[in-house]
Amino acid sequence: MVKLTIDGRSCSVPEGTTILQAAASIGIQIPTLCYLKDINEISACRICVVEVDGFERLIPACTEKVFEGMVVHTNSHRAKTARETNLKLILSQHDGDCTTCVRNQNCQLQDLSAQFGILDNPYPKDVKKNDWPENSYLVRKESKCIKCMRCIEVCDKIQTLRIWDVMGSGSRTHVGVRLNRVFTEADCALCGQCITHCPVGALSVRDDTAKVVAALEDPEITTVVQVAPAVRTAWAEQLGLTREEATVGRMAAALKALGFDYVFDTNFTADLTIMEEGSEFIERFTHRDQYPWPMFTSCCPGWVRFVKSQFPEYSRNLSTAKSPQAMFGAVAKSYFAEKIGVDPHKMRVISVMPCTAKKSEADLPNLKDACGDPDVDVVITTRELDRLLRSYHVNVKDLEERDFDSPLGSGTGAAVIFGATGGVMDAALRSAYYLVTGNNPPADAFTAVRGMKGWKEADFEVPGAGTVRVAVASGLGNTRALMEAVKAGEVEYDFVEIMACPGGCSGGGGQPIHEGQELADTRGTVLWNLDQASELRYSHENPDVIALYNQYLVKPLGLKSHHLLHTDITEWSIPLNPDLVK
Amino acid sequence: MSRLSIRTRSQAQVLVDTMYAGMERRIAASPSGLCPIDITLSFLNLCHAQSCGKCTPCRIGLGKLSALLKQVLDGEATMESLDRIKLTAQNIVDSADCAIGFNAAQLVLNGMAGFEDDFREHILHHQCLASHRNSVPCITLCPAGVDVPGYISLIAHGRPADAVRLIRKDNPFPTACAYICEHPCETRCRRSMVDDPINIRGLKKFAVDQAGDVPQPACAEPTGKRVAIIGGGPSGLSAAYYLQLMGHSTTVFEKRKQLGGMLRYGIPSYRFPREKLDAEIASILSTGVEVKTDVDIGTEITMEQIKEEYDAVYIAIGAHTDRKAGLPGEDSGHVTSAVEMLRGIGDYQMPDFTGQKVVVIGGGNVAMDVVRSAVRLGAEKVTCVYRRRQADMTALPEEVEGALAEGVELLTMMAPVRIEADEDGNAVALWVKPQLSGAFDKGGRPSPVDSDLPEIRIPADLIIMAIGQGIESRHFEESGITVKRGNIMAGDSAQIGDEKIFAGGDCVTGPATAIRAIAAGKVAAANIDEFLGFRHEISTDVVLPAPTINSVKQRGRINLTEREASERKLDFEDVEQSMTCLQADMESSRCLHCDYFGFGNFRGGRETKW
Repeated sequence: MVKLTIDGRSCSVPEGTTILQAAASIGIQIPTLCYLKDINEISACRICVVEVDGFERLIPACTEKVFEGMVVHTNSHRAKTARETNLKLILSQHDGDCTTCVRNQNCQLQDLSAQFGILDNPYPKDVKKNDWPENSYLVRKESKCIKCMRCIEVCDKIQTLRIWDVMGSGSRTHVGVRLNRVFTEADCALCGQCITHCPVGALSVRDDTAKVVAALEDPEITTVVQVAPAVRTAWAEQLGLTREEATVGRMAAALKALGFDYVFDTNFTADLTIMEEGSEFIERFTHRDQYPWPMFTSCCPGWVRFVKSQFPEYSRNLSTAKSPQAMFGAVAKSYFAEKIGVDPHKMRVISVMPCTAKKSEADLPNLKDACGDPDVDVVITTRELDRLLRSYHVNVKDLEERDFDSPLGSGTGAAVIFGATGGVMDAALRSAYYLVTGNNPPADAFTAVRGMKGWKEADFEVPGAGTVRVAVASGLGNTRALMEAVKAGEVEYDFVEIMACPGGCSGGGGQPIHEGQELADTRGTVLWNLDQASELRYSHENPDVIALYNQYLVKPLGLKSHHLLHTDITEWSIPLNPDLVK
Repeated sequence: MSRLSIRTRSQAQVLVDTMYAGMERRIAASPSGLCPIDITLSFLNLCHAQSCGKCTPCRIGLGKLSALLKQVLDGEATMESLDRIKLTAQNIVDSADCAIGFNAAQLVLNGMAGFEDDFREHILHHQCLASHRNSVPCITLCPAGVDVPGYISLIAHGRPADAVRLIRKDNPFPTACAYICEHPCETRCRRSMVDDPINIRGLKKFAVDQAGDVPQPACAEPTGKRVAIIGGGPSGLSAAYYLQLMGHSTTVFEKRKQLGGMLRYGIPSYRFPREKLDAEIASILSTGVEVKTDVDIGTEITMEQIKEEYDAVYIAIGAHTDRKAGLPGEDSGHVTSAVEMLRGIGDYQMPDFTGQKVVVIGGGNVAMDVVRSAVRLGAEKVTCVYRRRQADMTALPEEVEGALAEGVELLTMMAPVRIEADEDGNAVALWVKPQLSGAFDKGGRPSPVDSDLPEIRIPADLIIMAIGQGIESRHFEESGITVKRGNIMAGDSAQIGDEKIFAGGDCVTGPATAIRAIAAGKVAAANIDEFLGFRHEISTDVVLPAPTINSVKQRGRINLTEREASERKLDFEDVEQSMTCLQADMESSRCLHCDYFGFGNFRGGRETKW
């Protein structure tokens, strides 16, 4: 243990502790801006500087370690002046038009400015602008960027795609797309982790709320909304509701309050995905020599983009099953449209997703299987849903809980866990086991695939089929490591689930942003609890899914399923990893 | 009012002069990878501030040029702006009254030709091609990429043996480099911005002297692959060392009696004591290198045979032949070459120069090695004849100073004309023609031209030519290896046309430094490993101490001292004294640790393995 004094108070902390952590341990808060624990510890913004006795210059608290007998002054005149001055310098190059910023009221810079009580800035404004492609799902505004470099570090260290880089030098140093590429020509997975780790409004996802409003306001149009599993864990985090208040029923009521004609649940098509993907796995597993191995899940569009751009030779290993979002669109505009007698061309399928890549998935040229129009018309993120609810002044707290509409509103416990890492695998194994043996396994038989570990492996015995070797990874860095190992022949699996975002969709790039917090685990727990509380915990037991097969699709992997629920990802392309092009 | 007054510098002028001195140091320590247009703009602004303001092109034109460049950087320029920039700069070159104006504009014009791609990228795509890639100047500038801040912090923490281990990850010759490296690592040391560069070589010398014998790491599993290394100098032995560590089995073929190449046959022992060289070579060989000395490729064994017998070949034969100056009388007796003389000394054949007048022609480090050796061999008088100015000598300044202190006469601005011989055909004098500095050559040095002074006769009992070396390439050329302008042609990967054969070091670059030869050996080892179908990684288990915040108060660099000239010139013992522990502590505490502070903790700069 190291003893030191901070602002006249002594404390004792383990060796290797930073000044920032030591201060926090005795309740002394040192402001930070660029700092992001374990991801971005580069002491760049110099907001956290403190005075330490015996040192000529101020010292950044976020990176410097304590030593025995250290005497720290966090609020000395020098430290405070430097901190304020550095903040003013940053503000002088920041477009401070907060009222029209996507991160208004959820911005670390805004918070700091308020905390510091900055009322004027003597430094003249000097705000730089940038060119950005019109058709991009991800938007970067140079005028908002404070060069904290978090986006670069998240993409490099966590996701290993190295999309961003420091460009130029001197006063014109800025963040840009590595190798001077135009963003839309980069091999970005569109996971959105750079967005959720941006402290300001420099990075955002394209806003599509206006399209939703237009659909809602058009009397000719039937609006059908689907909500992804992970959205229910986070939808009200920034609407002032506690986790207990933010129930699924209240979320359904909130969507109804916005005026959607049909409020459905992506859980329905998650169960459907399990039917198709589970059956596909059994087909492949029992005809091993006809397929490349391992088989990969295909529900995460960030992951699909990643395979195509980083390991294109494994594209055929992906399940051909569409994602639950895409299946939903196809079923809504066929089966459901027929059922309610609505012209599918007059129907708008709107998705609420915890995800940024889902926007690009919905725009894929070959996901127009129901009626020729895109199966899914508009995708909004959880954050955009919150914006809509706020702009409609929906008093979510007082809403009476209600159920999803029928029939595309039902889902089992196996479906809701799609939003957490390991959930798709868990759900698939539950039904695959049933499809092979005719008996349900215990619903909690596959706990080895759950949990926040970035790369999990397990072997399961399926009577009659043999040992199934599975792996689950979340986060693209973990994924890359897994893929390299697969490629090198160091590991062998039969079935692999991948989620691009660390922790799965609950930590998705479209989820609400909480400065300095990683909430994937907390939110994932909500989903596992929902599963535990469900009466039905096997996708194949979803009565509406059974009805869909009976009335319409006939059987998994059947002709109709093939047309509506499966896709060929080789029909479209994305830019390759530049290292592969060389 | 007095009619005249003593000129004193105002306080402001003193401060400005201090700033200029700081600026010079700062420019010298400038990081690489900066936007050349941004640097041009900054330079232009300084030039503009220097203007007296009398003349239009300088007073207004430099400002407009600056504004135009700013437009380029701000993405507000068009390709037409380039014409405007050129026209404006050319106008200043043509019509400014003095150098403050025309020289500034000329440098902008030169830049426009050189940075065309940068201009285009800014104008057409509003992007910059430049970016800060290399955050740690010393690591970047070391040809072998040695982890300088890493070993400095190990020295500061009293871990010299770990410092040696860390260096060996990139350079198997820590001792040789501690004694004789030209230390390019120091040239852009960021500490220069504060006061002076860190004495990196001095610290390394402290580390190797303190560390004693440091065992080598274990070699990887044997691969069964055999690699022939032709030439047992720093490059060949470096390649052999890393290939052994990777598990390959190497055989070094050396033409001379002993290993070491120019470290033995070029560098006299007063700069690098033989026992240190022998110990270092023994350490390298302890990894299992097989050695065959006294083998001449082409006579005893041919390239064809080697190619057949081995899975890969690395040619690192160095540059060991002398060059002729083409002087009349050069073939006389008592005329020899630096290479020949130093080679003899390398094998302990010490000539006796007692009572002789020795004249050495040349101005490089080899010339200094020769003159200082000649002094030690008892010469009555040693004269170094050089056709340019002392400032133009390519020898390290400290070598020149050392030679002068030991009593060497330096005759600069003297071009050798002919050698006068006696009736026995032995040289008795060198005739030289006094020179004057003329126009600058491509290398940026003024070329000497004949002056109007008469030729001078310099009496000599022995004349030694130290004007460069070449390579013995004939056999290699005959075996199908491309040789151009006396050098073996090899790419950046050290591979030559025949994919089994690699080459590097002096025989590829022409006479250069030990560290460049070592780096070439390292590159060859990596690429030979890859060629043989492997990807062995070279790393170290040395764990670096946490970086410390060092004082940035200006403090003098600790230079190594030398033994008194009158004493040291009598023997071939090491002339240079090592740092004491206190000195090493103080010097290592000057390191600013660019590996961590600044860009370092963001984008790194250290390779932990290769």
